[in-house]
Amino acid sequence: MNDTQLSALREAAADGVSCDGLRVERIGEEYTFATPEATHEGLDEESFDALAQENPWLVSNWHFWAGASETRRAYCRWIERADELGVRERYEALVEGLSREWGELLVTAGLGEDGERVYELRHVDDADTEPDALALHDDPLDAREIATADEDGRYRPLKTAPTLRRGWRFAGLDARDLVRTVEFFYPATVTNWFREREGDLDVTHFRETADRQTGIYQVVDELDEDGVENLAAACCVDSQCCKRREWDEDEETKLDVPRGDGAFPCREPCSLVIAAARQWAILENEESRTYEFELTPSEKNQIEDILGAVADGRTDEIREADVGDGANRYRARYLRAKRTDEDGNFENVVERQ
Amino acid sequence: MPALVIAAHGSHLNPGSHDPAFAHADTIRAAGAFDEVREAFWKEEPSFREVLRTVESEEVYVVPLFVSEGYFTEQVIPRELRLEGWDVAEWDSDGTDADHVTLTADDVEKTVHYCGPVGTHESMTDVIVQRAETVTGDPDVGEGFGIAVVGHGTDRNENSAKAIEYHAERVRETERFDEVQALFMDEEPEVDDVAEYFEAEDVVVVPLFVADGYHTQEDIPEDMGLTDDYREGYDVPTEVDDTRIWYAGAVGTEALLADVLLERAADAGADVGNALDLVRQRTGGTAAAGD
Repeated sequence: MNDTQLSALREAAADGVSCDGLRVERIGEEYTFATPEATHEGLDEESFDALAQENPWLVSNWHFWAGASETRRAYCRWIERADELGVRERYEALVEGLSREWGELLVTAGLGEDGERVYELRHVDDADTEPDALALHDDPLDAREIATADEDGRYRPLKTAPTLRRGWRFAGLDARDLVRTVEFFYPATVTNWFREREGDLDVTHFRETADRQTGIYQVVDELDEDGVENLAAACCVDSQCCKRREWDEDEETKLDVPRGDGAFPCREPCSLVIAAARQWAILENEESRTYEFELTPSEKNQIEDILGAVADGRTDEIREADVGDGANRYRARYLRAKRTDEDGNFENVVERQ
Repeated sequence: MPALVIAAHGSHLNPGSHDPAFAHADTIRAAGAFDEVREAFWKEEPSFREVLRTVESEEVYVVPLFVSEGYFTEQVIPRELRLEGWDVAEWDSDGTDADHVTLTADDVEKTVHYCGPVGTHESMTDVIVQRAETVTGDPDVGEGFGIAVVGHGTDRNENSAKAIEYHAERVRETERFDEVQALFMDEEPEVDDVAEYFEAEDVVVVPLFVADGYHTQEDIPEDMGLTDDYREGYDVPTEVDDTRIWYAGAVGTEALLADVLLERAADAGADVGNALDLVRQRTGGTAAAGD
């Protein structure tokens, strides 16, 4: 606690203060100062100050939260588990750091001077990496650049895809810059998480989103119920996105696809999902046909292996010489050489409407 | 203090598409006119749909980082921002003179000053000229030079061409360049034949596009004959049919564009203090014509 915090508390006493077990009031010239242990009434300013000096953690803790906006306050209190831990326990734990996972981010709250909090942010997979081994940042705007490309330098159009690259940390952030940094990595996640906590999350379901599309996206509303189910299975699961899907087909029609385990909610289909939905709405307008062409059982299995490997993003993991894997590049090249013509199309296909 | 939101297109495919929005936002942040400055995108995050809830301010100025008035500025952005009671008639525009309108966004109940796009603001003319200065390295460029303002052009939206012709006319009125032409990719007169439209030996070509991407880096340089294959690059200037072409790339990457964003907000009533001067100092701009 410092003098600024103490005088702010004296000033706030006229309106009454209640924060994490500290309760302060002033009526006329008399103060009340209550801690979780004891209540002191009828105090003059000198005795009031003395009690504040004896309880510096309670005072600095109040002062820290008093300055925060509602959303920031809720988020930062969640990080340090303010609902579960008392001020004393929290201050002791904050010396070591209190952490939460937020998508692929690891947010750690620590104790700064006079009860101020300082925050650190890094990739969850870098949790045990020595700080010096990580590139140090302190400007929230840097998060935009880090989030632009994955580990292999490929562009990440979806900010909440679980492909955030590692090797960096933000240190010494205050609460405002912490939230800004988190929201540059994962835009609108803190604010939507807070709305959800307050029971105020405005979910826009697929049908409503589809109905509002215009231009080339107007076709999206033609995707049927199975199509929407497959859309969610393709795009909106933990392996593809850190958000937890809260939208469904519509208010009455829930999707079977699991919502995911993300800390923060997804309140409506995103632009990537709508762009994909447009593609599938167009494809789904085609009628099925019957094709007849020859494959050995192993070749049929191999095509299924290839489908699985591509869909799961596993092609990079298949070892060069692992010709036992149906999706191995040499296996695929052999199949192509054997069964397709120079344009890569299957040969001798019989097609029936 | 109010917030500024810069609403841009962005891309699912091209990371460079967001660079101008980021760069101009950073310039304006540094000038301190707004407590919060946030970029928002159609194809990236934060989306138009969610950006208003990411700022703490109750009052927000939204400036579209788009070239022309039309589908995005009149339909998509107001709809996605949930601007209650939006009616394009209130803009009372003939395609180049949309100003601003103040409405409430119904999911956040914030006051939104929705501004016209940067591309049709009169100060954009200064950015085009500044781009010519930047690419030639000559702050006095003009005499002996022609300048072509290039747009996409499309039969689907007549406003797309209006913005190009508007600025070409304004550059012409300054009488700074010997010749001025509005040229297009997809309609007549076409940028392919750029040399045919000028007598001058030197011609600056400034595409009125927000970001450098497929059109400004691949299509236009190849169409003009600066290079057979964009991957091999080209010189500035490159001689084509006895004309030296000074190809400037997308005007949206010019630092001075931050000034136009601020002017849009100031026109809508934002108190930007001395930020306009600060931004001009930082971006090398001079006072707008008529100031």
